[in-house]
Amino acid sequence: MLYPLFWMVFSSFKPTPEIMLTSGQLFPRSPTIQNYIVGWAGFARLTFGTFFKNSLFIAVIRVIGVTLSCSLIAFGFARIPFKTKNFWFILMIITMCLPGQVIMIPQYLMFNSMDWVGTYFPLLVPSFFGHAFNAFLLTQFMRNIPKELNETAKIDGCSWFGLYWHIILPLVKPAMATVAVLTFMSSWDDFYSALLYLNKPSMYPVSYALKLFSDEASTNYGPMLAMSSLSLVPILILFFIFQKGLVEGISTTGIKA
Amino acid sequence: MKEINMKTKSEPSKPGCSAVKKPRFMKSFRSNNLISGYLFISPFILGFIIFTFVPFIYSFYLAFTNYNILSPAKWVGLDNFKKMFDDPFFWTSFKVTVKFAAVQVPLKLTVSFLVALLLSKTTSFTGVYRTSFYIPSVVGSSVAIAMTWKQLWGNSGAINSILSFFGIPPVKWLANVKTALYVLVLLGVWQFGSSMLIFLAGIKEVPRSFHEAAIVDGAGPVTRFFKITLPLMTPCIFFNLVNGIIGSLQAFNSSYLITAGTPLNSTLYYSLYLYYQAFNYRKMGYASAMAWFMFIIIVALTALVFKSSSAWVYYQDEGK
Repeated sequence: MLYPLFWMVFSSFKPTPEIMLTSGQLFPRSPTIQNYIVGWAGFARLTFGTFFKNSLFIAVIRVIGVTLSCSLIAFGFARIPFKTKNFWFILMIITMCLPGQVIMIPQYLMFNSMDWVGTYFPLLVPSFFGHAFNAFLLTQFMRNIPKELNETAKIDGCSWFGLYWHIILPLVKPAMATVAVLTFMSSWDDFYSALLYLNKPSMYPVSYALKLFSDEASTNYGPMLAMSSLSLVPILILFFIFQKGLVEGISTTGIKA
Repeated sequence: MKEINMKTKSEPSKPGCSAVKKPRFMKSFRSNNLISGYLFISPFILGFIIFTFVPFIYSFYLAFTNYNILSPAKWVGLDNFKKMFDDPFFWTSFKVTVKFAAVQVPLKLTVSFLVALLLSKTTSFTGVYRTSFYIPSVVGSSVAIAMTWKQLWGNSGAINSILSFFGIPPVKWLANVKTALYVLVLLGVWQFGSSMLIFLAGIKEVPRSFHEAAIVDGAGPVTRFFKITLPLMTPCIFFNLVNGIIGSLQAFNSSYLITAGTPLNSTLYYSLYLYYQAFNYRKMGYASAMAWFMFIIIVALTALVFKSSSAWVYYQDEGK
């Protein structure tokens, strides 16, 4: 199951000519970190340090945007009784199923006409307007909090925002962490928006840089596998820390959908 | 009525919840629900209009135009659709995608279901297994794994090395028209972890008492599987099936990163061809028409699955 992953990591410590000659053997005969040194140097006079920094920047802003907007949306759907709520909620679920291709081109044209192509805005701004899946996940969690809390807060003269900020938000911290981690991971993996919207190598995230790096040095497997391995480190660390929450998050939405 | 419940167990008053303003706030509560509700979900409403609804309508308009960004869009009626049905590459990409989905969806469903069943039985190592089966889902869609996959299945990659150990001559997996697509299918199936988790959660929801009662009645494990577990799992199967269909018909990454449509367009996914039309040839109108065609196919298929679901999906709360 994990063989491809192990193969990638172990091969990254083999000298490049050895990788394909001994591709069937997992362990390197004479381990070396040369690939990491060569790979880190990157391309276009940019080291992978730049790409990692860019990925981190994009992911952190997206996490802030998604957690903030989705928790507000989820609170509205889960806790406030108001007319037309169901209409919007169903609409949100429908958008989850909408194929991205249909809106990809107009979105690109829109950002293009705003002169946003070549900037980080197309990658970052939409995350502040909610994300259907994550908002749905948080709504499910907020619904599970007893209704009586609403009443108690009302008696105390607490505004809806007070209820959201001081009572509900602290209670759904684990779910918020799950949303944050899921957002971070998908942002880290995302190369498609970089492919569409970024055109300066100095702005590329690791994912897209890796693709170009492998195009450039198509037979230089060693450094490519070394940087590939390195690029997965943040995701795997996050996964092991938040494993429980992630597993629960997926199971819950899966069942309740 | 509920508001009368005023035993005022003076909650430790939180900042922002001042008890002094009680009467005024209480009155305004109900009348303000609509405004407050809308304020809270406003990010979604705004985002929906700006990033989904307007693009959605605009895309429909574009499908009937010729547009290359440089000069203004020109209305051409149904031309794009006519061109599309005469375009051999369009049909190639369509067939490739249907084949991809038709192989990957059932395969992934079966594998994730079987593994979930096995995991639900064992006890001591379940956690470790569950983690290692789930990890591919976490990293699988990354560029790093796509690049590794390409090397694994390369001419002198690990797969051929291992095969040669058993005396099997090397196969040019990614250069052969017959095998390339299946290498990409396997990458998708390898990431069965998240659908497996959904199945696992579903299996856990099956009440133990059902099985116990069946055992008392003398039902063997096979009968119990087909009469209890499987029917109760149909909502999960349904969910994974719909997800799988929608996902696989839109597949893009694995082909773009690993084969770029080669050899001989045998891995030219629909969305990859659409991407080339839009961003390599700047045929925004044609690409929009393609997008709408796929959208209609997906809606029709999903509707079909939904419609069929009443025949095979069993919901416990229907009270049958």
